[in-house]
Amino acid sequence: MRTLRTPETTSAPAPALAFRALSKRFGATQALEDVDLAIGSGEVVALMGANGAGKSTLAKIASGVIAPDRGAIAVDGQEIRPSSPQDAQRAGVVVVHQSTDQLGVAGLTVAENLLLDRLCGGAFAAVVSRRRLRDQAQVVAAAIGLDVALEEDFAVLGPAQRQLVAIARAVAAKARALLFDEPTASLSSAESQRLFEVIDRLRARGVAILYISHRLSDLRRVADRIVILRNGRRVAEQSGPFDFAAAVQAMIGRALTDAEPTAGLGETSDAALSLRSVRLTSAARPFDLDIRAGEVVAVTGALGAGKSRLLRALFGLAPLAGGEIALDGAPWRPSGPADAIVRGVFMAGEDRWRSSLLPPATPGGDIAGLIALPHRKTWFPWGLVDDRRETHAAERVIRALAIRCRGPRDAIDRLSGGNQQKVVIGRWRSAPCRVLLLDEPFQGVDVGTRRDIVDALRADRRHGVTVIATSDVEEAIEVADIVVVMSDHTVVGAHDLRRRGRTSLIAEIAALEAARNSNAQETAA
Amino acid sequence: MSSEARATARSSRTAPALDAVGHALRRYAIFVILAALIIVFDLAEPAFLRVNNLFSVLQSVAVVALLGVGVTVTLAVDGFDLSVGSIAAFTLMMSSYAMVVLQFSAAATVALALATGATIGLVNGLLIVGLRIPDLLATLGMMFLLAGLQLIPSAGRSITTGLILSDGSVAQGAFDPAFLAIGRYRLWDVAPLPVAIVAAVAAVFWFFMERTRWGRVFYAVGGNEVAAFLAGAPVKRYRVAAYVISGALAALGGVFVAARVGRGDVFAGSSLLLDSVAASLIGFAVLDRRHANVLGTVTGAVFVGIVLNGLTMLNVPYYTQDFVKGAVLVGALSLTFGIGRGRR
Repeated sequence: MRTLRTPETTSAPAPALAFRALSKRFGATQALEDVDLAIGSGEVVALMGANGAGKSTLAKIASGVIAPDRGAIAVDGQEIRPSSPQDAQRAGVVVVHQSTDQLGVAGLTVAENLLLDRLCGGAFAAVVSRRRLRDQAQVVAAAIGLDVALEEDFAVLGPAQRQLVAIARAVAAKARALLFDEPTASLSSAESQRLFEVIDRLRARGVAILYISHRLSDLRRVADRIVILRNGRRVAEQSGPFDFAAAVQAMIGRALTDAEPTAGLGETSDAALSLRSVRLTSAARPFDLDIRAGEVVAVTGALGAGKSRLLRALFGLAPLAGGEIALDGAPWRPSGPADAIVRGVFMAGEDRWRSSLLPPATPGGDIAGLIALPHRKTWFPWGLVDDRRETHAAERVIRALAIRCRGPRDAIDRLSGGNQQKVVIGRWRSAPCRVLLLDEPFQGVDVGTRRDIVDALRADRRHGVTVIATSDVEEAIEVADIVVVMSDHTVVGAHDLRRRGRTSLIAEIAALEAARNSNAQETAA
Repeated sequence: MSSEARATARSSRTAPALDAVGHALRRYAIFVILAALIIVFDLAEPAFLRVNNLFSVLQSVAVVALLGVGVTVTLAVDGFDLSVGSIAAFTLMMSSYAMVVLQFSAAATVALALATGATIGLVNGLLIVGLRIPDLLATLGMMFLLAGLQLIPSAGRSITTGLILSDGSVAQGAFDPAFLAIGRYRLWDVAPLPVAIVAAVAAVFWFFMERTRWGRVFYAVGGNEVAAFLAGAPVKRYRVAAYVISGALAALGGVFVAARVGRGDVFAGSSLLLDSVAASLIGFAVLDRRHANVLGTVTGAVFVGIVLNGLTMLNVPYYTQDFVKGAVLVGALSLTFGIGRGRR
């Protein structure tokens, strides 16, 4: 093989993985612009960036899913042009995806998955003895200390184990560089610790690692260096010790201003929603929480901290293990979604295609139909669907949230993800609302759309209380008046952003998460 | 490039007019083919277009269309009712038994039949919603159960006036003339009563499914149960209701067959299930709707009826009937799912 290394750089070893002046444009969006990034052997570089900053585009280019408009990728100084994930893997670059279904083949055993590349690549004879398969799989598993039963079906593994299987497979294929895309998003803290240990092993083996995440506690633990992307450009770089407040500022692109002019709104009024000694599960510690009319509250915390559970309890989907909730002074015990909706408590669930939208070609699955669905009883009291009322309501939502579409009867799958999310949120703004519950409303939503949604939420906040669950601390700080931190199904802190600095809060929450993780480490040890 | 992006690029190159023609063709294909067939049949056999013949076509497909409407409602909630044929056959036998052996009047018999059909549907619904048995399995089980149960009271024989009972005595009852009229009376001497009733029922259900908020909820439950639930729909009740509707309509179909045949024939209604399911599936293609819909189902049933009637008039042997039905179904499904789908 011919190397492309220029004579000047031969003295220093070439980085294991290097991106040179990568650019990629999708329609009107410049997803990446002249991004340079080099990762040395055994180095862990964390890539930070808000939604739509270009992190996923970079990962897709590295794994050969899409081709860059300009620029090059090099492995050990040798330029590669992967045309598919298999191609990239042959060149030594493997991406450990966020969606764990793609990490292996359900229906095959762990052993078969570990050896998948060899099985598919024809390295085995036509008839494979079970014992040989197992022996070889054991070798692969041992390389990273994987302790999953080899005869287990991949389908029954949890996300953490799936990731480890994929990592072991990559190591067996002699990968030079591994890209992790939000790997801890669906892991418990103990599982995350386990992953970090494996990453340490990989580091010791000289694998280059690009770690995409904006979970500060993760970065503190694993990263040697942080590179920050914003709007497709590389805007900052840090090597330890890290200044996370500056990193977040670079990521969001503006100083986080303190005290919104809305301060004072509702400060004197009584709590609209008040929780007293509420226990979400029988094992959780009780907590109190008061929210006044007009306030936007963001509930944050790691996966499994009980954020969704809290929202579900308020919406009548999960009974409380103890305590009382009062809404406008009266006890609030909804029997279910129908009851909650009738009384003005609305929820938009996590993952819009699972919780809110209907498949294409379903009658009533267009923009107007979706918006009308929860309000059908009040809008169509005689049962007859009133086309005009429905389209008028949809037109109002489209205008208020600047939804890009051809009209109220547009099929939802024709819209971009951000616009779909606007429809989901807009549907709940078309009726008088006392409490609006949003579970991870900014998942897969770009920064601009997020701003539109936040502005809309803030514009008519006088209508009632808004509670947003998000595992992303920066998101929480961007949208909320009050940030509530949850852990182990209880509230561990509430920070009123109208009274105090946003910047100091980031450090505080990061410290809190770090403390939580070290606790988890101790319990795991 | 994603397939979507590729498709957009392709369609932007083709002339928009051509695109519109393709769209219209897909939308109205069934009607165009139907019109073409009618012209062909009329040219080959002038008797085809006579009013009497057309009504006999409709009479032959009325029961299939009725059961198909029930199947359509269950398909709308993303279920499937395999027991409709058996429910029709069961109520056919039960109506005959009620009149011949128990000496029920016409009104009591019809009421009993409809209540039984609805009850069987309720059981289906509870098996599926309550015990969480997959819909295909629950209704398959019910299909076998009813097919066997209908044979037990008459010891496996067809039920006619003068049936000899197991204790050796002769049944005293007979088919009520009023009951037989349900299947045989013709409005204004031309339109068979079942055809008129089925048309009315289909119209009601078309309106119900397409124009009311309840219909919307049926489709929403079928499209995404979680989303419907989170939007405040009583999902389980709608699921059960779909099977109750399906059961009651199938029972009405059984009454029509009993009233026309005038005896409790053990083998009547054996092809009803597959024919009505086929009608519902052909209905997916009507107006390019791509989901179960009442208008489509009725059109599908009539389409099959006309094809079979026309071919029979052209002396095509009867044993080719299933082949013809299958060909129509495959053609309609290709139209629905295959042709020109890349555009979306």
